This record gives sequence, C-alpha cells and structure tokens, in this order.
Amino acid sequence: MKRQVPLVLVLLFGLFMIFQYFVPHESSEWVYEFLLDWIYIIGIFALALGIWSLYVVSVDKVKTRKHDWGYSYVTLAGLFGMILFGFTARHGDEWGWYLIFVACVLLTVIMSVQAMAARINKGLPLGLAGLFLLGAVLIAVFDDTWSFYFYTQEGLQSTMFRAFFDYIMMPILATIFSLLAFFIASAAYRAFRARNLLASLLLIAALIVMMRFFPYFGENVGEFIARVSSWLMNVPNLAAQRAIIIGVGLGIVATALKVILGIERGYMGKG
Amino acid sequence: MRFLFGLTVILALLLGASVSAQTEPPVTDSVADSVEVPAIPPPAPVTDLKALDTDDDHGHSVTLTWTKSVDAQTGQNTVNGHQIFRWYPAMMDSLAGVDSLKNMRQDIQRAQSANSVFRRALGVAEDALEDLTSGGRGFDALRFTVATPQDDSTFVLDRAFVEQALRDTVATMTTHLPLLPDSIKGLQASFEAAIERLTEAHQAYPEGGSWNLVGLAAKGDTSFVNSGNKDPMSGDFIKDFTDLYYRVDVVTIDETIRTESAIVGPVQSEGQWFNGGRFPVFWAVIIFGFLTMYFVSRARKGDDLYVRPLAGIEAVDDAIGRATEMGRPILYVLGLGTAADVATIASFTVLGRVAKQVAEYQTELIVPTYDPIVMSVAQEVVKSSYLDAGRPDDYKENTVFFVTNLQFAYVAAVNGIMLRELPATNIYMGKFFAESLLLAETGALAGSIQIAGTDEIAQIPFFIVACDYTLIGEELYAASAYLGREPILLGSLKAQDWAKAAVIVLGIVGLVAANLEWGFAKTFLEYFHVTN
Amino acid sequence: MINFFDRLMRLDRRWIFLFLIVVCIIAYVSDFDVPIMPEREVETIYEFVDSLPPGEIVMIAIDYDPNNLAELHPMTYAIVEQCWRKNLKVLITSLSQNGPGMADEALRSITDSLAETKTYNGQVYEGREVVNGVDYCFLGYKPYFALVILGMGQNFRLPFPEDYYGTPLDSIPMMQGVLNYDDVACVIDLSGGNITDYWISYGQNRFNFPLALGLTGVMTAQYYPYLGSGQVFGIMGGLLGAAQYEKLVDNAGLARDGMRVQLPAHIVIILFILVGNIGFFVDRRNRHRAEGR
Repeated sequence: MKRQVPLVLVLLFGLFMIFQYFVPHESSEWVYEFLLDWIYIIGIFALALGIWSLYVVSVDKVKTRKHDWGYSYVTLAGLFGMILFGFTARHGDEWGWYLIFVACVLLTVIMSVQAMAARINKGLPLGLAGLFLLGAVLIAVFDDTWSFYFYTQEGLQSTMFRAFFDYIMMPILATIFSLLAFFIASAAYRAFRARNLLASLLLIAALIVMMRFFPYFGENVGEFIARVSSWLMNVPNLAAQRAIIIGVGLGIVATALKVILGIERGYMGKG
Repeated sequence: MRFLFGLTVILALLLGASVSAQTEPPVTDSVADSVEVPAIPPPAPVTDLKALDTDDDHGHSVTLTWTKSVDAQTGQNTVNGHQIFRWYPAMMDSLAGVDSLKNMRQDIQRAQSANSVFRRALGVAEDALEDLTSGGRGFDALRFTVATPQDDSTFVLDRAFVEQALRDTVATMTTHLPLLPDSIKGLQASFEAAIERLTEAHQAYPEGGSWNLVGLAAKGDTSFVNSGNKDPMSGDFIKDFTDLYYRVDVVTIDETIRTESAIVGPVQSEGQWFNGGRFPVFWAVIIFGFLTMYFVSRARKGDDLYVRPLAGIEAVDDAIGRATEMGRPILYVLGLGTAADVATIASFTVLGRVAKQVAEYQTELIVPTYDPIVMSVAQEVVKSSYLDAGRPDDYKENTVFFVTNLQFAYVAAVNGIMLRELPATNIYMGKFFAESLLLAETGALAGSIQIAGTDEIAQIPFFIVACDYTLIGEELYAASAYLGREPILLGSLKAQDWAKAAVIVLGIVGLVAANLEWGFAKTFLEYFHVTN
Repeated sequence: MINFFDRLMRLDRRWIFLFLIVVCIIAYVSDFDVPIMPEREVETIYEFVDSLPPGEIVMIAIDYDPNNLAELHPMTYAIVEQCWRKNLKVLITSLSQNGPGMADEALRSITDSLAETKTYNGQVYEGREVVNGVDYCFLGYKPYFALVILGMGQNFRLPFPEDYYGTPLDSIPMMQGVLNYDDVACVIDLSGGNITDYWISYGQNRFNFPLALGLTGVMTAQYYPYLGSGQVFGIMGGLLGAAQYEKLVDNAGLARDGMRVQLPAHIVIILFILVGNIGFFVDRRNRHRAEGR
C-alpha cells in the first residue's frame, strides 16, 4: 500500500500534465495553476525540514567532535543571527540593549547545542541556555529602542541585516565565484595538451577562441581571428551541442514516461 | 432678413454635418497649431473584414483578418497604419452607479492601496501615542523657534497637547478604518455584478456604448489578434461567449484623416479543448509511447537487448570498492536541480544503487543537498537502499542533509567537506551550473576519484577536464537502466535509440526538403510545424 | 634541462594560482589602458537608449547575485547613469534572491555620482539631485520570476502593489499612468542565471517589448541565436561587453579596471597552455629517445 499510493499519484498527475499540454481550455488551466500552487506550499514545508536537518547535523558534529567541529557553531550562529536581524530593526539612532539581546539569543542557541551534545552533565549548559533566554526575553520586553517586524520592509532595511549582507555575504560570494578564474587556469594547463590529433585540434580551437579577446593584433589579423572563432563557435560547437540537446530531449521524454508508467522507481529507492 | 436667417440655417446645418462626420474628434492643440500641411485625401477602407474566435487557445481572444486598403503600400499610398476598435457597452443603463469597468477597477485598486496606507498610518500613530504615554522616548516638549527681524519667538508644543492630538487622530482613524474594507467589498460586489451582466450589456449593441481603441497594426498587416486577459480585474479582460463587435480604421500620417471599415460582429470568443497547433507533438508522444511499450514487452518476453557499456557507470562499483579499502567516505552530490528535473530523478536512481553497495560494504556516505525537497526524497532513497541491502540498522539520518539554498554558499560547504573528510570518491550527478568546476577541481585537489554526469551542456567540458569519468547528457538517464539491468528498463532505452534514428532520418529528409522547391517538400515541412 | 621540463609537467596547481594572482595584482595597481573596440550588439543598446526623448522610461532588471557582481555591476552603473544624465526615468526590478541588495547599493552610489557636474562624450551635464519616485522607481524582489514577468505584462501593480520601500505604486509620481510593458521604452535584463530565458520566452515573446541583455561571459555564446532572430536587440557579454558600454557612454569605471586585470589573466592562461605543451613535447621526445636507446 505504501508503495502503491505514490505510484498512483504519479500516474495521475503525470497524465494530467500531458493532458494539460494539449488542452488549452480554461478549466485545464485552472487545475494546472492549482497544482503549481501546491509546489510552493510543499517547498515551504520542506524548507522547514531542511533547516531542521542542518541544525541536527551541526549538533551531531559537535557531539561526535568531528574534524573542525567548531565551525558548526559558526553555521548555527549565522543561521539564527540572520533570521533575527531580518525580523528586528531599531527605531532611531540608538542601539540600546540590542547587541546584548543578539548575544543572548546566540548564546542560548550555543548553550542548547552544548546541552544536546554533552554526554554527561547536561544541567549546566541547559541552565545557562535558560538564563540567556530569560535575558533575551527581558530585553525584548523592556528595551524599546528597537522592535520586531513581521512581513514588513523594515526588517530588510535593518542596519544589521544590511551590514551583514553588504560587507560579509556579498564579498564572500563574489570571492568564491572568482576562484573560478584560478581553477580555469589550472584546469586549462592540465587539459589542453596536444596528446593526439583530436586533442591538438581542441587545443588549436581553444587558442583561437581565447585570442579573440586580445586587442593588440591590429585590424586585419583581429578581424580574421574574430571570424574564425565565431565560425568555430557557431558551426562545429553548435552542431555538437545540438546533438547532445536532441539526445537529452529524447532522454527526458523517455525518463518521464518511465516515471509516469511506474517503470522507473529510482526516486522511491527502488533502483 | 429672411435671406440672412436662411443663410444662418444653412451654415448651421453644414457645420453640424461636418461635426457629425468626424467620428473621433481627437483634434489636439499641436495639430490645430501646426503649419498648414497639404490635405491628405482619405484612404480607401479595408475590405473583407472578418472576425473569428482565435484557434487553439484558452479563450478570451478574437482574431481579425482583412484585405488591405487599396491605398496601403499601393494606390495613393497614404495609409500609415491600422487602428482596431472594439465596441464597449455602456454600463450606466443596466447597473446603477456603475460608470465604466475601467474606472471601477481603478477605484478598487486605489481603495486597496489607501487601505494599506491608512492601516500603516494608524499603526504609526498608535506607536507614537504608546511611546508618549509610557514615557519611553523621554519626550518633554518640542520647541519651534521662529526668527523675525524684531525678536526670536519660541513656540512650545507640550506633552499634553501632542498626546491629545495623537489621541484624536487614533480615535478618528479607528472609527473610519472599518469603512474602507467595507467600501472595497461594496465596490468589488458591484464590479462582479457588472462582469456578470457584461454579456447582457453587449446585446444592447448599438445602443449607448462607445468604440474603444484596442490595438494597432502596421500598414502592411492584414490580421490582428485581440487577445484579452482572463482575469476580470485586468484592464484588457474579454469575456467568453459574449457578442463582440469590431471595426478597423485605416489612418494616415495625420491621424484625424482616417476611414472606418464596415463593422464586423457579433463574434464570440471561447476556449478550445484541443490545441491543434500541437498535433506534431501529440503524434510524437503517441508513437514514442508505443515504441516504449513494444520494446518493454519484447524485453519481458526475454529478448536479449544489447546496451553499450558506460565507462562512468562501471567505474562506480570500482570506486565504492576503493573507498572501502581506503576506509574513506563517498561524497554524492545531487546538484542544484529540483526534484522535478529529470536529471535529478535519474540521479536518485544512481544514488539508490550507490547507497545499496555502500550499505553492503559498510562504507560511509555523505550526501549534502541544495534543495529541501530533494533532501527529503534522497533520504527516502538511501533509507530504502539500506533496507534492501538488509542493513536497516546501519542507516543514519544524517547521511543526507540540507546545506543551503544559495549556489556559492553550497559550493563552499561541499568544498569544505571534500577537504576535511577527504572522500575516496566524489560522484556528481544531476543539474550543475557555474559551480561544476569549483567542485570538481577541489575534488581533484583532494585526490578523490571523480565521476560526473549532467545534462547541462555548458558544464560538461568542465567535468570532462576535472573528473575521471563523465556521463554526457542522456547517458545520465540511461544510467538507471544500465545499473538496474532490468529488462523493462532496457526496453525503454531501445525505444529511445529508435526514436533517435527516426530523428536523424527526418532531419536529413527535412534538410533535403528545405532546400528543394518541390511542392511536396514544402508541405512536408509544414507537418512538423508546431504553433503556440 | 630535462629535470626542469619534468618538473614543469608535474607543477603543483598552487604555483599556477600564485602566479595568476601576482599577475592580477600587478595589473590592477599598474596604470595602463586596454584598447576597447565596441561591437555592434553593444552599440545597438547604446544607440537605443541614447535616442530616447527625455521622460521616457527604461526598465532595468537587476537579476544577478553578488557572485556575478564583477561582470554585471559595471553595466548597471553605466546604463543607469546614462539614463539619468539624459533625463530618462528608470524602472528597476530585481528577480533574483540577492538582487535587491545589489540594486539598492548601485542606486545609492549612482545618485551620488549624479550630484556632480560631469562631461561625457564632450557634452557637459550639470550635477543634479536624483529623486526616488521621480527619476526612478525600484519595485524590489518577488520569488518565482516566471510568474512575476507574466504578471508585470498585465500590470506592474499585480506583482508589486508597493515599491521596495513600501510606497504604493499609485502614489509614486513616475508610475502615474504606467501600467505594463507597453508604457516602457525597453527592458534591459542584466542576469547571471536562467532568468534570461524567462525574460525572452515569457516576457518578450508574449508582450513584444524591445529587450536587451547583459550577461556573464560564460552565458553569452548561448544567447546569440536570439540576436539573430530579432527577439533581442542587443547583448553585452561579460566584462568585455561592460567595458565596451562604458567606452560608448564615455564613463570609464569598474569594467575598465576589470579589463586591465582580465586581459593579462587571459594571456597568462594562454602562456601556461603553451608552456605545458612545450613541456609535454620535450618530455615525450626524451621518453622516445630513452626507449630508442
């Protein structure tokens, strides 16, 4: 039964998706849009599961003292810190007890992790967690230089959220992406070797395409290289890409059919 | 005297006639002020105007076709473009208080935004009042200094005054607040009633109502699709099964000089139950479905179907063996796809197979995921595999876990795992984007054996460079059939091969047909034309 | 010598990384200009924007995350400044998760730049204050970009009843009478992901507005077919495209600096490939000789 129900559902919705592709009528559109809404809903519930999983894995790392377990605290502090910054904002220019409040919340999180991870003597971290939580609640109640905002723009405008976004997240993400330049250099160094005829052709083609960016060739040579490289990109390269695309397209249809008909059950753990 | 009177009457009649001859009097100042231009003779109207419900759509749309005016691009060549008009009924007669649907839409939207502004303002006033009464902000008095030539006068707003003013504001707003949603509801109700009676109102043609511009067409055009919206709240809503009337004007450079066509109508729009423009796809699906069924049934009967060996898949077994020998974990990356991507679905199958072997060899498996739904599915897959391998107790919840929904943060996390745990084998299967090389190069740096598979064409070269084995495009989808070795799965691969052969043959035939000017060759290509 | 080539073949990649970063840093601090020759597909965008009468609205979709900042941010800077200097109005959306932060940052710094009197292409533009709601309107972010792009085709107010700062669109002066894509002169999508596909298929295809693209270098080749089919009237590809646009508007900035680094980096990569191949050939010859002996 546990196996039958999902298969029936997949068959039903899969067939409907095929049906709606050929039926433009409004009623079929309505069902289609209704089903799409469900994707959002399921996604939001799954996100909660995902965050819980991240939390459990981090706690587990601390518990088993895995390699570099200390970073798990950084992960959790980042997770809860950003959520907090997103929901709180100060009214004026004064910070009040805000930073102490943030510290209290983060310490509560860390202490509760500590309590979950500790094998013996859970009492101390648990007590401390409670103490910090109490502190946080007291500040939240009595400090009125800042307050909580839900579903409003103020949260996103909050100074802390902005600062963390602008000065921590943006540089880190840009840095990770720019690592690609180094990896491309080293990968190109290893890969483009004229080992045999085909590899030599690849090498020559790659050099021509890369030379296109070089502006010091003068008009005639530059024009020639630009023409050759655009031929390389538009004819042999595009032909190979299209061949792969056609294969992928048929593969997608075949796999989708297999899933709908219940032949392929890999997604249910039945290879 | 009588002569003068007669002259006046004649003049008045002439004036009246000339005014009534102008159907649309959009005489703007600029036209009136402009220097005299040589008069353009009015162009000949479009003829043969037809209006039909647009085919193969969800309704709410009408297609107009016409024969060009003789003065469009030929003849006097004075036509500058076409303006398409539709008749809008007057709602005044049938519904009290309903001016026009357009105004009502705007009223509703304005009322809605006013409501939100009002609520926010009330919130601000209440907060301020609370601050003031609780003394939180330490408000004493606001001093305004006004400098005059004689002396500096200072006005003071004291606490009591401000408090009273805020109290009044809050009280007034609170009493008025419920009125706004009520008025929105009222507006919406009468709007819905108006929409309900729109069909009826159209039957009043040509009583009342007015002609409204619904679109423009270039001078060379001979058709126009008036596709409206299905949402009544949107400006260009067209109601199905309602009598619509159209008119196409040819206009010259001077938009006041124009000629109307004959009016066409009534025409009704409606949704279709089959999209005829997609027939080629329909047949392809039917034929491909039958091919799959046929080969599956042949495979079931025991026919031996040959499948080309895939080095990447065969390497999976060795890689797991290697990991076991080295006592190091296996890292399985499902990519950035969602559970709806076929590449991810294929990846689940490979994951199932890997997890089963891992369970048998008792090696460690690490599966960091990017999408929470993918995580849930992958957990189920790994769990079932451990069950199949007869080792349900060895399954750990933390094998599959969620990291983040941010592309490069995910890369950082996975790269961190690679460098810390030094997995013996990294398997990348699914959808990958700019992160492919970042992952694969780090894996190579960590000395892992790497197997990749993706259908993202732009990323395949990166994987080929940095990984030991790469499944290219559809090979990833074939992996499940190959791994399972189940006859029914192999059958579908065979069907895929036949379909590919058909595509190649049709491609060559199409190439020849497109370059030949035979009558049949041209119609042949038409059979494969998919519209909308 | 043999030892040298042997070592070259087994060069640790970290040496390559180090060499590349040293070259990048030297190139960044040294002062030289890379000659830039604007291509036709970039010129068309410049000419289109340049020919618009004052008061027209240009819609700019800032659909990139911080990781594509290096390539796409210079485009935003160049285009928005050009629009404001020409007294055009700018309507901005941001359909990627971290886009609003990028857009907000760009708007603030371009506003500062507009306060100064500057000369571009020989024409003096007086410094002026840019006013939110009059010169620009920032709609902000909404998830599920396909639905948002479709929704804006009906009415900007459907997906965005209020702008990013919480002001209802109806009370923004610039948005009076601006209903949907019909009321903007063109859409310029700056994107580092697959949102571009949706701007083409759901946006341009359906609502038929002039669309131009600013893309990351890796993506560019994929979108040239759309230029040929006329669905897109211009493409700026990667840092090079951004530098070309900066050259056209005569407002050299981030992209010019970037090109000074990118060009030497490309040359280094080409050199490494050549050196690697020389090493490979010498190594092979030596091995043949050894076998022959």
